[in-house]
Amino acid sequence: MSDFPSVKLHVVTGKGGTGKTTVAAALALALAAGGRQVLLTEVEGRQGIAQLFDTPPLPYEERKVAVARGGGEVYALAIDPEAALLEYLEMFYNLKRAGSALKRFGAIDFATTIAPGMRDVLLTGKVMEAATRERRGGGRLYDAVVLDAPPTGRIARFLNVNSEVAGLAKMGPVRQQADSVMTLLRSRKTAVHLVTVLEEMPVQETIDGVAELDRVGLPVGGVVVNMVRDPMLPFDRIADAAACRLDRAEIARGLKSAGVEASDTLVATLVGEAADHAGRVQLEERERTELTELERPTYELPMLADTVDLACLYDLGDQLAAQGLV
Amino acid sequence: MSPRTFELDALLDSASILVCCGAGGVGKTTTSAALALRAAERGRRVCVLTIDPARRLAQSMGLTELDNTPRAVADVDARAGGSLDAMMLDMKRTFDDIVLAHADPQRAQQILANPFYVSLSSSFAGTQEYMAMEKLGQLKQDGTWDLIVVDTPPSRSALDFLDAPQRLGRFLDGRMIRLLLAPAKAGGRGMMKVFTAGLTVFTNVLTRILGGQVLKDLSLFVASLETMFGGFRERAERTYQLLKEPGTAFVVVAVPERDALREAAYFVERLATERMPLAVLALNRVHTSGAPQLSVERSRAAAEALDESGESSLTAAVLRIHAERLATAARDRHLADRFVAAHPDVPVVQVAAQPNDVHDLQGLRVIGTELANGPEASAPISTTRKKRAG
Repeated sequence: MSDFPSVKLHVVTGKGGTGKTTVAAALALALAAGGRQVLLTEVEGRQGIAQLFDTPPLPYEERKVAVARGGGEVYALAIDPEAALLEYLEMFYNLKRAGSALKRFGAIDFATTIAPGMRDVLLTGKVMEAATRERRGGGRLYDAVVLDAPPTGRIARFLNVNSEVAGLAKMGPVRQQADSVMTLLRSRKTAVHLVTVLEEMPVQETIDGVAELDRVGLPVGGVVVNMVRDPMLPFDRIADAAACRLDRAEIARGLKSAGVEASDTLVATLVGEAADHAGRVQLEERERTELTELERPTYELPMLADTVDLACLYDLGDQLAAQGLV
Repeated sequence: MSPRTFELDALLDSASILVCCGAGGVGKTTTSAALALRAAERGRRVCVLTIDPARRLAQSMGLTELDNTPRAVADVDARAGGSLDAMMLDMKRTFDDIVLAHADPQRAQQILANPFYVSLSSSFAGTQEYMAMEKLGQLKQDGTWDLIVVDTPPSRSALDFLDAPQRLGRFLDGRMIRLLLAPAKAGGRGMMKVFTAGLTVFTNVLTRILGGQVLKDLSLFVASLETMFGGFRERAERTYQLLKEPGTAFVVVAVPERDALREAAYFVERLATERMPLAVLALNRVHTSGAPQLSVERSRAAAEALDESGESSLTAAVLRIHAERLATAARDRHLADRFVAAHPDVPVVQVAAQPNDVHDLQGLRVIGTELANGPEASAPISTTRKKRAG
């Protein structure tokens, strides 16, 4: 049973290096399982989706990147603010030809890089358009949209587009667009999931991010703890190991009986490496406790031994589904 | 494949500006702080300009809030005659200061209250980069320090750092701004007529989309900026030139992961194109093992043998930890070697993966020592630490 049955737009954020794109892709595959249509979008021009699915760079066009288990499909779209603006002009004002004139005067540059909030209105506006399509003719219909969003540090500001635009445009089309984006984002149809790893800074940013999202009234979804490693020592040995107090004589005996020459240096090295490992386990446990205090649904994904490929994504998606995120 | 040997201390003793750059999350701030501390304790007067440091790292340097004034870091070993000051960039205040310094009070207040200014100074994607450069220029001009270490903003891409100042400069000095200004300034000057048709389309579209008020705010903002200091581009250009001066060197920071090294490679290539002096690649979080002679395969086999005989589950666990660590070390080395093969001229210094995050000066010293001398592959970190403490 899904923890987020009403959600149609899944926003995935996370600190750089925590694997938010991987989690977004796995989530898209999980959502598509069983015959559903899912759109996976990115907005930062990094082409992270293309790299992950091993396809050529995505154009500003919805492209099929994967078939999910049970026949669903995942489409991907890299949203580019300039293209989104031109599309927007065409859709609402029939102004496509004005595009080149605008470009010549640097207006496109202006709108997409410097006009306060405009860039984010354009990016979130396009995501909203894909998530709220209703009839055929307006493009492909999706059962769910996953947004690989900007990192945790910027997420609340990115999604809270209307506050910035409000300071600027008190009425007019841009304001209307910003308002309707906010209506969707604040509704039960949206959830913002935060990806983290069990390290100090990412966890702190996750906690700050949740508080910030709460403050501006955006719906926080789940916390996905990525790259979790199982402790390799029994639980009751962790404290001793971290303090370099493991029984050296026992280790030396064990090495000998396994046919390894047990020099003092080797035993000391192994004890030291076990201490590093145990120290990390303790740190992870502390960070996990901090996350528990957020009282949000939490999901864990394992550390993968090799680079992420499509097969891994299916597997991670299955794990998210099994834990109830989908 | 071994990278060029590199004398980090020689660089720390001679450089006047060190710029640390790299992808997000690779430890740029820690590296900047460690380099600055080491240079200071070698006898130089150093200022480190950090951007958005982790809370506890900032606290270790006595930084508690955004503050545009460098403050002395306590507990730095000053026996060699050096000192360390640190500051955390407040980008909005840096921008406000420029306005206040260049405009009369009344106009300055107008600018500071304009919604375009507020957005530009607090959230425009390039402002942080631009203000970091601006601040660097100011600190350099100040002349108090022998060496300034700059930690670059956490950009989407490492290259933003080089491009954003110019992009912002170009925009503020750009054609559109001139057009917005032109009607106010020069009425129907001849040259303008050429543009008139396009301009009408342009202003019509903007009015339709943004509404009239927005355009008015914008032209007001632009007009006040223009009278304040023409040639924003010049300013950006000047700070850019600072980066090419002798005495400036770049430290590209990365970790042994594919994405981070790809960013590092882009950056290395870009610096070469721009003829900017790359000093060294600092590779953080490199795993090493003190017992490479006990191979991954052998460790795993021994662990399995112990599992079967049921003799010592502790030894089996310890062997598995060793095997995993060796495997990680091999992967790290493989990635580092690939980078070195592709960029044989770039010297590489390595820092071992630390079991805990660094948040005190002692931790920074350990990093600094490793940057200069290489990670101590002879012993795992925990025992190394003990040795140092004792």
